[in-house]
Amino acid sequence: MNTPRPTRLAFALLLMVLGLFAVSLGNGRAVLPLLELLAGSAADTDGTLWLILTSIRLPRAVLAVLVGASLGMAGAALQGYLRNPLAEPALIGASSTAALGAVIVLYSGLSGAFALALPLGGMLGAAAGMALVAMLGGRDSVLGLILAGVAINALAGALTSLALNLAPSPFASLEIAFWLLGSLADRSAEHVWMALPFMAAGWLLLLSLTRTLDALTLGEETATSMGFNLRRTRIVIVLGCGLLVGACVAVSGVIGFVGLVVPHLLRPLVGNRPGALLLPAALGGAVLVLAADIAARALSGSGGELKLGVVTALVGAPFFLRLLAGLRGQVT
Amino acid sequence: MGLTLGGRRVLDDVTLALERSRLLAILGPNGAGKSTLLRILAGVQAADYGEITLDGSVLGLPRPPVVARRIGYLAQDARSVWPLSVHDVVALGRLPWRRAWSQLAEHDHQAVLRAMRATDVETLAQRPISQLSGGERARVMLARVLAGEPDIILADEPVAGLDPAHQIDVMQLLVRLARQGAAVAVVLHDLTLAARYAHRVALLLEGRLHADGTPDEVLVEATLRSCFGIRVHRGETADGPFVVPVGTVSRKVSPG
Repeated sequence: MNTPRPTRLAFALLLMVLGLFAVSLGNGRAVLPLLELLAGSAADTDGTLWLILTSIRLPRAVLAVLVGASLGMAGAALQGYLRNPLAEPALIGASSTAALGAVIVLYSGLSGAFALALPLGGMLGAAAGMALVAMLGGRDSVLGLILAGVAINALAGALTSLALNLAPSPFASLEIAFWLLGSLADRSAEHVWMALPFMAAGWLLLLSLTRTLDALTLGEETATSMGFNLRRTRIVIVLGCGLLVGACVAVSGVIGFVGLVVPHLLRPLVGNRPGALLLPAALGGAVLVLAADIAARALSGSGGELKLGVVTALVGAPFFLRLLAGLRGQVT
Repeated sequence: MGLTLGGRRVLDDVTLALERSRLLAILGPNGAGKSTLLRILAGVQAADYGEITLDGSVLGLPRPPVVARRIGYLAQDARSVWPLSVHDVVALGRLPWRRAWSQLAEHDHQAVLRAMRATDVETLAQRPISQLSGGERARVMLARVLAGEPDIILADEPVAGLDPAHQIDVMQLLVRLARQGAAVAVVLHDLTLAARYAHRVALLLEGRLHADGTPDEVLVEATLRSCFGIRVHRGETADGPFVVPVGTVSRKVSPG
């Protein structure tokens, strides 16, 4: 069979993740070559170098991997489930509701009360949003789910704008606006430990759907006739994507286009099989976010750091336009 | 094995039994409820009332995997959303048998190859399904059903869009599967194919079972006129009977 080899692809992507992870560790405000940093940290586990490695650079690189992998896999699963290459995790409202939750925390000033108030607000926002989408989306149709997602997105967007509008001080609105742009700067190990359990649960949920996503290639009716329970599938999709995207937004703000671009790029390399796409899409997402975060730091001037979400959008939007042009060629 | 079923409106008190080793042709005018009947049998749609039994036990929805494995359903105008290779599409038929994250085992491979050989799509194995003609695609989709090795086959217009040679091939294949012990139900529009290959013919009209019997009992002038509103020319050749529509008549006029 000359079906593309998913294992070889996964291995190649894994190497890229490791390489970029190392580059990310060697990259920061202080110019410190990676080897020097590692050697210094190993020599003195109480010293400055060790502190820089473990409390500044490592959490940032690890979060880039986790956030990228989560967004990539959620995008692949959602595109497979909706059988639409233009779907992305934001479509079902998880990221806008998570953002709203975080914005409410910022707006109310709770973010100053304790360190993890912001990510917690994001998680709660995503949970409330997903519960609403699941309730409003009806029981069976894919269209119902999309419409519910659109409605929740609109509502969350409006409330976020309201918070910006009524913010008590210009600083508060600036803080909210900046946070919404998405970034991995100044994250700590607590952020990693906070997001990891939710992400791990989301990965496992989505990975349990590989056969169902493959069967859905033949349409909902045929998949049903093959014994796949689509009602359960839908709950697992909403829950899995909600956990992943909610956790991502909670720790990093809104980072767009990863879930759209990565599955689309990798799909031909796994023979277009939606089930086989999940793992490569996770690895590819990690590659993209690591690379974008490195670029964000490299491109930053003295006036403050370029936001990660801005970089992914700058890369993603032209790609999206090209995708649309390609689709138009196919459809008409 | 018995399958009984009742539905409302689209289907009105239809009771029908599929039998092992028999090919049942389901015929009827457009909108008579043929596809709905097949979808209810396949467990894709719920009936408003009535029940479906398999080997004496009532089947609920959703169907448990052990039951789904036994039933192969070919939807009308079946297609693949993503441009998978023909081999990979046919291999999807093995999904009900496989565990998550398992590779295709040797017997899965053999089943896929047999299905592709039987439907004459072996030479297309590596082509993306999006590049095939309608008739080629229809054969690939039938191969997908066969790859699951079901003992109940429900095919909605499996010969639509096929050239005459492949129409005969597909019908002979379905008869062969029936002879090997499968229960086969096929929605058809071609009266001659039904007359030649079916063991039994069910005529549906406006959701009701209009006639049910052997081809010789059902595909007669009077019944076809009252069901389809057509006059037919019937005859025998060395290869079997033929039934050709030659004109339309009002359905209401009683024969003679």
